[in-house]
Amino acid sequence: MIPILLKILKTGVVSEKPPRANEEWRVRAATIQREILAILGRALVIRQVDAGSCNGCEIELNALNNPYYNLEGMGIKFAASPRHADMLLVTGPVSRNMEQALRIAYEAMPDPKLVVAVGDCGRDGGIFGTGYATCGGVANVIPVDVVVPGCPPPPTAILQGILTAIAARAA
Amino acid sequence: MRIPGMPQSPQPLSGAVAASITRVHAAAWSEAAVLARESGCRFVALWGTDHRERDGAFSVLAAYATAQGLCVIELPVAATEAAYPDLAGVFPAANRMQRSARDLLGLMPKDDAVDTRAWLRHGAWREDEFPLRRDFARAAPLEPAPDSYAFVRVEGDGVHEIAVGPIHAGIIEPGHFRFSVVGEKVLRLEAHLGYVHKGIDKRFEDFTLEDGYRLAGRVSGDSTVAYAWAYAQAAESVLDVRPPARALWLRALMLERERVANHLGDLGALGNDGGFGFALAQFMRLKEDWLRANDAAFGHRFMMDRIIPGGVDSEPDRAHLEGLVRQAREVLEEVHAMRRIFDEHSGLQDRFLTAGHVAPLLAHELGLTGLAGRASGQAHDLRADLPTTPYDVLKVKKVVYQGGDVAARVNARFEEINESMRLIVALVEAMPGGDVRAELAQARDGAFGVGWIEGWRGAVLVALEAGAGGRIRRCHAHDPSWHNWPLIEHAVMGNIVPDFPLINKSFNLSYSGVDC
Repeated sequence: MIPILLKILKTGVVSEKPPRANEEWRVRAATIQREILAILGRALVIRQVDAGSCNGCEIELNALNNPYYNLEGMGIKFAASPRHADMLLVTGPVSRNMEQALRIAYEAMPDPKLVVAVGDCGRDGGIFGTGYATCGGVANVIPVDVVVPGCPPPPTAILQGILTAIAARAA
Repeated sequence: MRIPGMPQSPQPLSGAVAASITRVHAAAWSEAAVLARESGCRFVALWGTDHRERDGAFSVLAAYATAQGLCVIELPVAATEAAYPDLAGVFPAANRMQRSARDLLGLMPKDDAVDTRAWLRHGAWREDEFPLRRDFARAAPLEPAPDSYAFVRVEGDGVHEIAVGPIHAGIIEPGHFRFSVVGEKVLRLEAHLGYVHKGIDKRFEDFTLEDGYRLAGRVSGDSTVAYAWAYAQAAESVLDVRPPARALWLRALMLERERVANHLGDLGALGNDGGFGFALAQFMRLKEDWLRANDAAFGHRFMMDRIIPGGVDSEPDRAHLEGLVRQAREVLEEVHAMRRIFDEHSGLQDRFLTAGHVAPLLAHELGLTGLAGRASGQAHDLRADLPTTPYDVLKVKKVVYQGGDVAARVNARFEEINESMRLIVALVEAMPGGDVRAELAQARDGAFGVGWIEGWRGAVLVALEAGAGGRIRRCHAHDPSWHNWPLIEHAVMGNIVPDFPLINKSFNLSYSGVDC
């Protein structure tokens, strides 16, 4: 027990300040109103779906839970069920074999639904493009609010994308 | 190199990997598999190619690991028959690869006993359409059909099924697991994968030999360095170019950094799955520091697209290289402290010991490979067995455990971090100077080459065939997870359902790498 406590004490708090929202990544007008956000605050629950990614984006998504980004400290957490989620975070060029599962997850979410497409593949199919096995970007399958570019986008960019989606409409 | 006892003379392949190709007829194809098995060679991969334009037939290819190198056996398959002798009867790991070759190319193993269920084809294309045939032309997708797969049913008093996936509970890749259980005890697990099939083999046809490394580096993102290096080796073989020594040392530096990054992440996740959240926080912090240093030194957190045919695309300056040595020493010290905490944590050890056991004999029979294989007594590591520059001078120490349980796979990761840290320091300190990039030549149409690299999970194989005008005719990238997925099904038998995440994590196999 003592070595564990010493390690915790020595490590200290390494969490960093979160980035600001980036309105350029918004691809659809905000659907959540300012009043709702005021009530919800930043208590956001996310369901992540890998719809065909190379698993690079998943590594960076997992990194969001490390102490530097401290996602849960901001009131944002990942849930196991889409029925408990406010936001769907989707990676990959949406493989044909995942298309139906992605639609089912989207439909299972309560309204209002937020969708963030993560990575160049989620944006437009990326290097895999659109073909016999891929649908291309996430927006070809379900409505998307915010797109985070990058291959893979680093954790700060993904966090920025999440915060953009929940930021009140700028105007 | 040849399979001991095979009368046919192999044709050596140029390039860094000691490899050969032998073109055979049907009887010799089967005989090669039996001889390979008898002489202790390992089955590495099976894939097919549409060679109808060139020689009026398809080809099916199998790769075997011998003590001297890689032996590729190629069998022409008549277009009218599209069938070849089954290998799964000799090497069970061939089963899913043969089913994939059938889904993608329409080549069937000739054996009434073979598993005929589709593997990669879930319903996005018709049963009589084959994406890797040159005349394949599906423009419009089919309407998605409900997924049905004939899982093996286990029947008996109190047996019930638990269906998991394709979307899993955490931030992980998709796949379906069907457990047959009595109470909390797992009687049988059957995996159904293929959900992240992106048609990568087909997509390679849109790339040139020179730029295919970018796609290869995205077959499995967690192994981007291993794939890019294996691809570069294959491309350098067909383009007949030798990368400068400094480039090879830099590639090894990146490969070892990729190994450490993944092992750090896995150790944290394994601690967490054992109910020890402290481990996750500590190891994820170390991994983040590690990835940030990658970014600073190489310009990308995973070092994606840094290895290119002919060399590497850029190099870190002296200050960054020295920083990497310093970091290796500091992080190793922290890992040692964490290992002491793991070792003394009785609750954690109670979860690790005996869980997910794969006995060395079973591992040998079914071909468990890579890190998981070494934790079950399978002492194979390309860096030590068939070292290429710079591993020939570094003398890598193989990490082998006989335990075969989660504890052994945890210890193997700790030990491999030790060795990789030694290698990182040695790589920076003894790195030769000079250029990092060689000029590429022209490839002959039809030239064939391979790349074979020991990634963090196991050996990654890339087989590449040049087309006309510097394009790729066929590229097959093979992940070690192909061999290890079926072993997870054995590892969980008799364990309790709540231990599955821990056991699964201890293998940490790639979905994208096998679905491709």
